Amino acid sequence: MKDQVAGIELPEREAGHSFIQEVRDRCGENVRLCYQCLKCTAGCPTAPYMDVNPNTIIRMIQWGLKQEVLESKAIWLCVSCEACGTRCPNEIDIGVLMDALREMSLEQGYRAREKGIVALHNAFMASIRRGGRVHEATMLMEYKLRSGDYWTDLIPGMKLFMKGKIPLFPRRINGMDSIREMYRKARKKVKEEGG
Amino acid sequence: MRKIGVFICHCGVNIAGTVDVKRVAREMGEIGDVVHSEDYIYMCSDPGQLLIRNAIRDKGLEGVVVACCSPSMHEATFRKAVKSEGLNPYLCEIANIREQCSWVHRGDEELATQKAAEIIRSVLEKMRQNETLETLIMPLTKRVLVIGGGIAGITASIDLADAGYEVILVERQPSIGGRLSQLSQTFPHLDDARCILGPKRGEIANHPKIKVMRYCEVEEVKGFIGNFDVRMRHKPSYVDWDQCSACGVCLEKCPVEIPSEFEIGLKARKAIYTWAPGGDSGKPVIDQGRCHHFTDENCTICEEVCPERAIDYHQQERLSEERVGAIIVATGYDLFPMEMIGEYGYGKVPDVIDGLAFERMLSPSGPTGGEIRRPSDGRIPRDVVFIQCVASRDPERYMPYCSRVCCMYTAKQAKLLKRKVPGAQPYIFFMDIRTDSKGYEQFLQQTIEEEELIYLRGRVARVFREGDKVTVWGEDTLTNRKVEVPADMVVLATAVVPSQGIQDLAAKLRATTDKHGFLTEAHIKLYPVESPTKGIFLAGCGQGPKDITDTVAQASATASKIQALFSQDVLFQDPLVAFVDPEICSGCGICVQVCPYEAREMDEYRRISRVHEALCQGCGACIAACPNNACELRNSKATQVFGMIEVFEEKPKRGSVNEGSSSGN
Repeated sequence: MKDQVAGIELPEREAGHSFIQEVRDRCGENVRLCYQCLKCTAGCPTAPYMDVNPNTIIRMIQWGLKQEVLESKAIWLCVSCEACGTRCPNEIDIGVLMDALREMSLEQGYRAREKGIVALHNAFMASIRRGGRVHEATMLMEYKLRSGDYWTDLIPGMKLFMKGKIPLFPRRINGMDSIREMYRKARKKVKEEGG
Repeated sequence: MRKIGVFICHCGVNIAGTVDVKRVAREMGEIGDVVHSEDYIYMCSDPGQLLIRNAIRDKGLEGVVVACCSPSMHEATFRKAVKSEGLNPYLCEIANIREQCSWVHRGDEELATQKAAEIIRSVLEKMRQNETLETLIMPLTKRVLVIGGGIAGITASIDLADAGYEVILVERQPSIGGRLSQLSQTFPHLDDARCILGPKRGEIANHPKIKVMRYCEVEEVKGFIGNFDVRMRHKPSYVDWDQCSACGVCLEKCPVEIPSEFEIGLKARKAIYTWAPGGDSGKPVIDQGRCHHFTDENCTICEEVCPERAIDYHQQERLSEERVGAIIVATGYDLFPMEMIGEYGYGKVPDVIDGLAFERMLSPSGPTGGEIRRPSDGRIPRDVVFIQCVASRDPERYMPYCSRVCCMYTAKQAKLLKRKVPGAQPYIFFMDIRTDSKGYEQFLQQTIEEEELIYLRGRVARVFREGDKVTVWGEDTLTNRKVEVPADMVVLATAVVPSQGIQDLAAKLRATTDKHGFLTEAHIKLYPVESPTKGIFLAGCGQGPKDITDTVAQASATASKIQALFSQDVLFQDPLVAFVDPEICSGCGICVQVCPYEAREMDEYRRISRVHEALCQGCGACIAACPNNACELRNSKATQVFGMIEVFEEKPKRGSVNEGSSSGN
């Protein structure tokens, strides 16, 4: 049951079905504790670029504005520097929270507002899966293909390549079995949870 | 000619850093009647005081002028020192050369030095005409009147009675307990109000030193600290309380129904009623204005059903007089009337109630037996909006101050609502949350977390009835979104205002109030429980909004102040008061009109004005007003003051000051 009020959904009150509870179940963070001191937003290096400030994200979770939160740019612009979580007087780890929101956004098929960032995340994970470590050349290539953004940072990339900072051939780590096992387990877990 | 000693204090560098104290001491020593003049680094210290005492003894000083800081700092110190050598303490005067000289002329040593010398010369001029005066001794009646039988009055009464003093506790309602008796559970520990009040009421009932006067009001107060004559008006209850067994039959049979004041209109009471259910006396009174016996119908049902024959329609108002030494005003508060607030429905939307009404709903002895049911249809509400700062912090339209208790009681009420109604959702509109006492912030945060309260920051714009809902329009300023809540019930945390009738009472007591009607204290930090009118003490919300904890602390503070007052057998008072020259006074009576302390009265026999020395505060209003200079202030007579002014007038004649000030600039 929802109360529709002037464009805002007030929290769904059936226990276990509210957005705030869903967030809590996933990452363990209790955003009810927030008293809006704005310490997180004040110290956030990417807040100036966000469409919604971190404190407002928390407020929106309290209010149950699921779609708006999961479709915001802010959850993708967070770089998980953890300044917010370290300083929060109520011990809300906003970095962990943002991670959970990104996962929920992907799993539940919400429109990701920062496609490039999603592409980078995917390219990064694919590269690890292949060699157990990041191989910059193939990862960047994959990112370029996924994002369709071919020209940005091309010159600095060339400079790095000339200095030998981007090795041409990938090198695998020794314990590739463990890496494969980790990926297998993670995928199985996602499947089990029906994500 | 009086032999005078001048003592100049350096006050460390406070004075000596700007004033050439050695030069001033030398100059003063050259004046004819100054037989002793010296300076010292700290005159108020023990060795400094010893200098003064030695000089009095050795040189037979008959007057002492100490040039130092403000008299409000150390006048008493030096007068005591002087007295210990057998000199009359009123022959010691202070010349303030710190606040009014060295501090304001820093950097201009020449000017400051000359000004210091001028100031001391003028005080010397005053000293030459000072009289020896004796401290006034006043009788002291060691009994206390406590006005108001709430938790403040109850606490103060018990404290004083336990200390052995007789206490008269006056309560205008038929039973004591005050606002606390209307509350449910109290923050932050959720103690039941009755568990706080019950034992105290029991103590009062059985205390041999406490006389409780219920259904009684203060009619008139005369006199002054130590000796107040108070006249009490005992309102007719029309029930002989000595006969009444509090069986309650009359309350059942009475045919008249009126909204109960105690239940904030949530329930009806009869024309014969007790103030509170389970009130401390349980004895009823008849509301003469509503009772059918007193209107034309001549109903006598209560008289007929009373098994004790306690009903007495012929009872008359009765006056009684008491003499007391001190008065505690513990008159408490009312809530700002909702009827004044248009945007919240002028009190006409039945499901918009105030905080006290919600307390009654929560109370197990309340009109709903402790169930939360909305007034319009008795349904259990699910969405309840609480609005804080209603008429508080609104200087333009209502009250500019913070009512201090609303943040906490709202959180508490929301918590209790969740406990009583599973699935209920409280929405709390706030401006700021102020949790200013021990354990309060923790209570609030824990409540928000556990009870899943929704706090919305912003003032509600409008509350109106829509179908069977009460719609609330507001904005959450933290997300900048408009909010509309279709609520089942709205609870307004309306402002705490002084209880009705406080202005009249204050006028009777000659106590002052601020523009909102709260009693003013003599000093917010130094004398927070004393009225500027001596002998009047303040406890509880009559002085300003406060919670139970602070109220009880303040009540105990008044009791302790009164015990200190009563530890003496008589009262001592400064004799620096007005006096009248009977040869000159024409008996015009202007002084009687201007005196703010009612210290002036006409001697009808001699047809001249008289000073009541115990009441006079030495303010000088009568002296300024007297058309033929018949009034004078002791040791500040006109000749003394003019003499002091003349010292400054002589200044240009000497010429040196002008040169000094121009070179200094």
